[in-house]
Amino acid sequence: MYVAVKGGERAIDNAHAWLAEERRGDTSVAELGVAQIREQLSLAVNRVMAEGSLYDPDLAALAIKQARGDLIEAIFLIRAYRTTLPRFGASHPVETSAMRCDRRISATFKDAPGGQVLGPTFDYTHRLLDFKLAAEGEVADAPEAPPQPGPTPHIMGYLNREGLIEDEAPSDATPPDLTREPMELPADRALRLQALTRGDEGFILSLAYSTQRGYARNHAFVGELRIGAVSVEMDIPELGFAIELGEITLTECETINQFKGSKTEPPQFTRGYGLVFGQTERKAIAMALVDRALRWKELGEEDQGAPAQDEEFVLMHADNIQATGFLEHIKLPHYVDFQSELELVRKLRCEAEGSTRWEAAE
Amino acid sequence: MTDKTERKAWMGLLARAPADDLDRLWSEAGLAPDYAYLRPPEVGGVMVRGRAGATGAPFNLGEMTVTRCAVRLADGTVGHGYVQGRGKRHATQAALVDALMQGGTKDTARAVVLTPLQEAEDARCTARAARAAATKVDFFTMMRGED
Repeated sequence: MYVAVKGGERAIDNAHAWLAEERRGDTSVAELGVAQIREQLSLAVNRVMAEGSLYDPDLAALAIKQARGDLIEAIFLIRAYRTTLPRFGASHPVETSAMRCDRRISATFKDAPGGQVLGPTFDYTHRLLDFKLAAEGEVADAPEAPPQPGPTPHIMGYLNREGLIEDEAPSDATPPDLTREPMELPADRALRLQALTRGDEGFILSLAYSTQRGYARNHAFVGELRIGAVSVEMDIPELGFAIELGEITLTECETINQFKGSKTEPPQFTRGYGLVFGQTERKAIAMALVDRALRWKELGEEDQGAPAQDEEFVLMHADNIQATGFLEHIKLPHYVDFQSELELVRKLRCEAEGSTRWEAAE
Repeated sequence: MTDKTERKAWMGLLARAPADDLDRLWSEAGLAPDYAYLRPPEVGGVMVRGRAGATGAPFNLGEMTVTRCAVRLADGTVGHGYVQGRGKRHATQAALVDALMQGGTKDTARAVVLTPLQEAEDARCTARAARAAATKVDFFTMMRGED
């Protein structure tokens, strides 16, 4: 129940003024610049871009500063800003095969053409706190080696030549857009991928983990994980041709999963796919696992009743802004709602006590 | 009319260039032609798409910010600017360079703006590629079980 009430303006203004002061913190400590956040907290910036569903590192850094480092609040700010932008159009699908890779690894083929390129990874670090970072100091230049010429081919292409992995049906169909039309279920894979790539990292991670632990197990291998820059092209009507609008960093994960075959398909490997804004590999791997779990119906697999197979459960709960909006609204005034509940409980209590006395008297 | 491929290349370069680099080169170049906006700079979003499994059906990945504008020089040449991010000055300068590249000042514009931008971009790409190459794993066999 909603009832309009007035009051509290002064308290709200003062609360926001205090918020600003707390955000700044101790003024004897230098203020954090937006460019510092963009450059030095870049993985937080990447997460805000991915889940805010807007690629703009400066805005994401500003949102993180404004949100005092609360990433879901920052994502909320980016989502709100995004709705104010006129839509110029949609890009051509990005060519990840032409990615300029910072990182490219395969867990399935040791000698993949193009090699195992680790890139700037936390893998193989000892996860010991580095107290040198607590002191200011120069960072040594990273070593260099002669760059590999040309693009790095996708590893899936090699498996595909033997016909051992399912084909992705080529298509140029216009995909549905959940930012424009309400999500309708059952969703096709394009809609699922859109919902997963902007979904909450923690939620997608937990679902993916649940598949690994046996809730709709799909035996995923990371066929390839790559991180790097791709160019974005769009047709410009006034020019009559497509131009490049810029370059974005993406993380792509292709999983290779077991499949026994079905009435129509021979035994072969199947695929899961993750593609996420920024350097966001935990999210991209998790997305690929959940994508694969959600494909059970089209692959003719058994419904195990696992959460990761339940399209409605996954898609309706993956968005952290929807979730936090509904969750947090319960802290806002519900005085009248509660008043009616209170009266109901008092009445029930009264009736119960009345009947108890009546029973006792009998 | 200018070759389409060539125009695509310089518009892409201007779109990708860091706004500060273009701004510095543009002010140093002192080209400053008279112009009027056909479309004043406008910030908007473009929905970026990917493909399922990299090669399958398209899906919507998320939006990116883009700024666009169109200018007309005194001689009637029209230039378009579409650049990544929210830089109105960036979009205007890109549109002006696009217009100049279609006329008599083409060689100057190329020499003082495009060539340095391309060199800076090449250097950035090479530096990243060289760092990546240094992290390539060389495997060596320690022991083979079946021998």
